[in-house]
Amino acid sequence: MLRISLDKIDSLFAAISEKQALYIPTDRADGAAEYKRYEAGMKLSDKLNTVRSAKDFFFPQTENLVEFKMEGKKIEVNDIRQECEDFVIFGVRACDARSFTILDKVYLVEPVDSFYKNRRDHGTVVTMACTRPAETCFCQTFGIDPTAPEGDCAVWSDGSYYYFKANSDKGQAFVDSIASLLEEGDTAELDKTIAKTKEIMGRLPLSKLSTENFGGDKLNEYFNSDKWGELSESCLGCGTCTFVCPTCQCYDIKDFNTGDGIKRFRCWDSCMYSDFTKMAHGNPRLTQLERFRQRFMHKLVYFPANNNGEFGCVGCGRCLSKCPISMNIVKVMKALEEK
Amino acid sequence: MQVNENKEFQPLIVAFCCNWCSYAGADLSGTNRLNYPSNVKIIRVPCSCRVNPMFILRAFQRGADGVILCGCHPGDCHYTSGNYFTRRRMTLLFSMLDFLGIERDRTRVEWVSAAEGAKFAATMNEFTEAVKKLGPNRRLEDLRCRKQ
Amino acid sequence: MQEAMINRAKQLLADGTVSRVIGWKRGEFAYDITPAVFESAEELESDFVFDDFTAANVSKYLVKESAKEGKVLVFLKPCDTYSLNQLTKEHRVNRDNVYVIGIPGGPKLDIEKIKAKGITGILSVKNENYTLKIETLYGEETMPFSEAILDKCASCKSKKHVTYDELIGEDGDILESNRFDMVEQLENMTAEERYNFWREQLSKCIRCNACRNVCPACTCEKCVFDNPSSGVENKAASDSFEENMFHIIRAFHVAGRCTDCGECSRVCPQNIPLHLLNRKFIKDINELYGEYQAGEDTTSKAPLNRYTFYDCEASIVHERGVE
Repeated sequence: MLRISLDKIDSLFAAISEKQALYIPTDRADGAAEYKRYEAGMKLSDKLNTVRSAKDFFFPQTENLVEFKMEGKKIEVNDIRQECEDFVIFGVRACDARSFTILDKVYLVEPVDSFYKNRRDHGTVVTMACTRPAETCFCQTFGIDPTAPEGDCAVWSDGSYYYFKANSDKGQAFVDSIASLLEEGDTAELDKTIAKTKEIMGRLPLSKLSTENFGGDKLNEYFNSDKWGELSESCLGCGTCTFVCPTCQCYDIKDFNTGDGIKRFRCWDSCMYSDFTKMAHGNPRLTQLERFRQRFMHKLVYFPANNNGEFGCVGCGRCLSKCPISMNIVKVMKALEEK
Repeated sequence: MQVNENKEFQPLIVAFCCNWCSYAGADLSGTNRLNYPSNVKIIRVPCSCRVNPMFILRAFQRGADGVILCGCHPGDCHYTSGNYFTRRRMTLLFSMLDFLGIERDRTRVEWVSAAEGAKFAATMNEFTEAVKKLGPNRRLEDLRCRKQ
Repeated sequence: MQEAMINRAKQLLADGTVSRVIGWKRGEFAYDITPAVFESAEELESDFVFDDFTAANVSKYLVKESAKEGKVLVFLKPCDTYSLNQLTKEHRVNRDNVYVIGIPGGPKLDIEKIKAKGITGILSVKNENYTLKIETLYGEETMPFSEAILDKCASCKSKKHVTYDELIGEDGDILESNRFDMVEQLENMTAEERYNFWREQLSKCIRCNACRNVCPACTCEKCVFDNPSSGVENKAASDSFEENMFHIIRAFHVAGRCTDCGECSRVCPQNIPLHLLNRKFIKDINELYGEYQAGEDTTSKAPLNRYTFYDCEASIVHERGVE
């Protein structure tokens, strides 16, 4: 397998960033990891995951769609779409890589979201296999193997080398572009690392969590469950879970009056907010119970109902560690399963 | 025709003036033929305490380079105590803006009575000069509203 | 302590003094504790927890719970009692419907600080003589208790319960805290340094509104930032201006009412030190209008609701600190 020594990572990053924009997870001053555009001297984070997910690259929190200029009774509409630059995201975990497949099911079906597609076409996803999963990880529940991540190109580390394998044409082009830095090598050490990770995966506290009791046909069973009251009781109605989630894909479209024109933009919305689904007649979801139920029903029932059984969650565990009151999809699944 | 190539920075100043004292003061400075810069745009409010901190921030968002709030002198409020509340609120707000690193000369509170036309003009001249020295507001600006 | 609390709650439920209990519910792991309402002895037995991770301030839930039928029992740490007093003062909580048991306060632990040490796969956390023994998937780790304390507990202002119906454990005193140190440090920087500090911090904001929604002083039925008719509604900070505006207004709206419970910074998923904005207001109020602690009592007038003829002018800002 093609590989490069760990201590040559800086020259690898330099080579990639010379040709196109490169984003890597790096540690901030407060210790948390976030994706940043690579600059010389930047260190790859050794954290398991970033606070914000990698969906930001394809579906940013705010995005301008179109501009209007008004003069008297004339309205001028400006299409501000621009071809996105080519970029590489390095170090995406298996869970986030799967989240792109889920977002694709929303944004790349007819009518195709051209803003999303533009970014998707120009982005190369280079994934990184996990070696130290955390207690909050439950990607296995959704059939994700963190030791064999998807994405255009997968990367493994055994502590002394990074190994590369292309999964797509884009990935192959990426490997070709850095081929001069790579060398062939055997994978004996790597196989050991993978086996060790697999053994840990089996011991994760959430390794037994299963989706067998969920899916598109469970609507009636769960919608009227009396558990929702208890589960949503302490929900603050903030959007933390939604905004750190790699698969949450709802947005709102708004106009901003700049004083001499209108900028129409879209921004992430959260089903936890009181004005989500607000319409002319009011809001059909009046209390936090209904909003809370919506979020989990969407991930566990509605989404699989519309997408051949694929769930709207990848088990990255971000909501488990970030919810201010520690209420999350795992607790919801376990509570609903109790008869 | 020669186009005037004068590129000197002209600040935009928003002045919130209370209806009973400061707005009348501004009127008086006008009837007395006193000069104050045309950069100053006056917004009349029923009382200085009508000014919500959000108004100040929104003025900056919409392109103001300086915001000044004028009301009746303490003790003279048409509604007895409105300006006292203003004073505490604005003191705290300006202190917070300073804490966030926004230049402190961009904001000011001044008490101007209906008889102080001269003070109004002098204050506006002085404030405009001070803001001009600071240059355009960049730290509390909404880029979307920047004029191209 | 946990045993004593459960037993007392069971007694009060059994004799009909209260019909519900607000406390903390055990989670999946050692640390993910959820505030919850308990209605029966069985629920208390199986799920009620009080340990080093029960940091959440549950006073805000009383807005909803005290409006319901019957009395509710709540366990409050000293800092939480200040929040309750403030809510009572603002007529947001019906104090007659609340039975308060004062319990000892922290210091509580911050799981983020443990994880920041690179400790992962956490299965259990035990405090042995102020050394944390952490059992993980990757073997046992240890770290000093003092390095994992929540920021809000590290600068604790008071161990005194300002309101309670009974106490479990001893009442403490108001403490000399160092809570304004960081505010002072910032004040002594230049305006440009302060600007850069806050840009770096506030640009991390994802506008999840957790700071606002957890805040016991933020109890408006409809926040101006959620109201499409307000003209300033925004769901995401589309510009750095909106980041600044949201955080200035959030802190300003609770100025004089913020008890400095520190929940805003505790819940921030991006670790923004939001409490510094609130503390700046508290420090200014103390210096300019006399010492004031929100929530200390239920009768005093808030600093922004009173005035004197001799108050300082806003230009005092020019006379202080570094430009």
